[in-house]
Amino acid sequence: MTDDRIVPVTMPKWGLSMQLGKITAWAVAEGEDVKAGDDLADIETEKISGTLEAADAGTVRRIIARVGEDVPVSGTIALLAPPGVSDADLDAAVAQARAVIDAGVPEDAAGAPELQTADVAGRKISFAGAGEDGDVVLFVHGFGGDRNSWLFLQEPLAARFRAYALDLPGHGASTKDVGEGTLDMLADAVAGVLDALGAARAHLVGHSLGGAVALAAAARDPARIASLTLIAPAGFGTEINVGYLRGFADAQSRRELKPVVAQLFADEHLVTRQLVDDLLAYKRLDGVDEALHTLLGVLLDGDVQGVNSAALLTAADGTGAGGAVPVTVVWGRDDRVIPAAQAEAVTGADRHLIDRAGHMPHMERPAEVQAAIEQTIARAT
Amino acid sequence: MARNITYREAIHEALAQEMERDETVIVMGEDNAGGAGAPGDDDAWGGVLGVTKGLYHKFPGRVLDTPISESAFVGAAIGAATAGLRPVAELMFVDFMGVCFDQIYNQAAKFRYMFGGKAVTPVVIRTMYGAGLRAAAQHSQCLYPLFTHIPGLKVVLPATPYDAKGLLIQAIRDNDPVIFFEHKALYDISGPVPEESYALPFGEANVVREGGDVTIVALGRMVHTSLEAAAQLAGQGVECEVVDLRTTSPLDEDTVLESVEGTGRLVVVDEAHPRCNIATDISALVARKAFGSLRAPIEMVTAPHTPVPFSTALEDIYIPDAQRIVNAVKTVTGWSR
Repeated sequence: MTDDRIVPVTMPKWGLSMQLGKITAWAVAEGEDVKAGDDLADIETEKISGTLEAADAGTVRRIIARVGEDVPVSGTIALLAPPGVSDADLDAAVAQARAVIDAGVPEDAAGAPELQTADVAGRKISFAGAGEDGDVVLFVHGFGGDRNSWLFLQEPLAARFRAYALDLPGHGASTKDVGEGTLDMLADAVAGVLDALGAARAHLVGHSLGGAVALAAAARDPARIASLTLIAPAGFGTEINVGYLRGFADAQSRRELKPVVAQLFADEHLVTRQLVDDLLAYKRLDGVDEALHTLLGVLLDGDVQGVNSAALLTAADGTGAGGAVPVTVVWGRDDRVIPAAQAEAVTGADRHLIDRAGHMPHMERPAEVQAAIEQTIARAT
Repeated sequence: MARNITYREAIHEALAQEMERDETVIVMGEDNAGGAGAPGDDDAWGGVLGVTKGLYHKFPGRVLDTPISESAFVGAAIGAATAGLRPVAELMFVDFMGVCFDQIYNQAAKFRYMFGGKAVTPVVIRTMYGAGLRAAAQHSQCLYPLFTHIPGLKVVLPATPYDAKGLLIQAIRDNDPVIFFEHKALYDISGPVPEESYALPFGEANVVREGGDVTIVALGRMVHTSLEAAAQLAGQGVECEVVDLRTTSPLDEDTVLESVEGTGRLVVVDEAHPRCNIATDISALVARKAFGSLRAPIEMVTAPHTPVPFSTALEDIYIPDAQRIVNAVKTVTGWSR
């Protein structure tokens, strides 16, 4: 008989394909009190390393998963409980959790959802999603990213929404040819995926270049967009880190790429070998080098930004200031690619400036970004 | 989109995609189709290990079965390369390279240099190497040091399916003669490989495991054996950094030196005989250029200086195994003046 005051801390699911995670370090010890948002543990998966934050306040009574041990997703790795809960009850809960960890990944565990494709003007556009019910939320990644950029957000949002992420042309598993690389062409891909999903309306979440793409899609068909969450969007000022953009497009080796990618994050420890290797493998696919350089020509006008998102925003919400489409802008205060000050230029938007985050707040502080997205969706009618 | 395929399938896919992309790419060798012109299936074999099976019908006229004369078809491939084709010749076992060595080291390797850069020889010679398949002394050697020694040749030894595909595509697109070494024991390993084409640059080693205590430099099949040893050692608190050279010519000196500068200790693992092999080459490099970083003498783990034995018991102890690597790592970590 378990005491319902025992709150399990479980292995999160970071990314649709994650089945196992490994604790690389515990940030807490048994007996310590934690509050929601405190760091609990560093966790490593096949794809990424991240920090698990406490969802609830409480006292850490038992740490179950050992450092270096593989734990199936949703397996209990620690127990929070008030002092009144007996050791016997805790030990019983530990034994149950231990059995789950030792059993490994269940055979019927959900693997990665099948990658879907849409044909958009002759280009194959790939997308993947999770979630059965609710509104469609479509994630649009930035320059050089792909649908996996959303691994910390897509799974939690899938509990309440049909959460999909696409690969823009030139990225991920989509066709690498980007033609002239215009925002219109990229917005076509977004519309094409919505068509393929049969979504009459959708919430868009766009990051960086993907923010401008989401705006371009909304500007063309405002009625189709229920809300917009823009994360460090391109096009709301002139300043941008051209060294980063050109460095990313030009890097030919891990040695060249790693310091460039480090500029994305406030905490450079997030730049794991796996992350750099995955990016390098992507950059080496036939056609990617050309695609990135073509897109660079659209993103940049000389040494300043070449896209104007403010004009798109006006077209997208109909009024230019808090109109029909709820707009939220999220920015990491330590953004070294596009300065966070440009959030001020997103007229009429709710603003969330996030501490301890760089250009990738959705990877560095996913819980706060998730909350911002959920608030935006809640504002939509 | 990456999916898991075998080393054999990765090589096949690289050939198929490059043949599709560039009609000057042709495949030739003993039984590369296998039955053309004879009763039964035209592509009965697809090479002795089935790598090229299926290409014969897909690319009519571009998969050639050759006579059992390595000197003739390797010479023909090199000649065709100088005349505008991009041939991929399959020379079953590297052990047979002896009969066509003039074509390789004295002709193909020299053209670009001797004709002032005006001649290119974009030929790839795929070949099997290595012990472990009970194939005895004349079909089991690791002769890549011989080719690494020759300026003008590029020498490639993929350890994984991902590397096999990307390095073979680079080999085909490269304008210099490339000797592409496939270890017999690796054909059935599988790993993630993108469906799309990609080229991996030559001269870029891959750090396949990070660690701060000891650098293990390995190549080909020995990368896997080294990883096995590194996993065992991690359980004993010793963290090894494993560097896969991927190509021995060109050689990525920087990655090796940077790793040793970080760890101060080096073990080199090479399945070739111990004299004038890659292990001695890497040892010399590190001794000359990173001497100040070394905290212990360099250890080499290699096969002995004997032919590969036919006795299965002897062959098994001939091939470097994880235990010998573990022992070498313990020697360098335990060393003191």
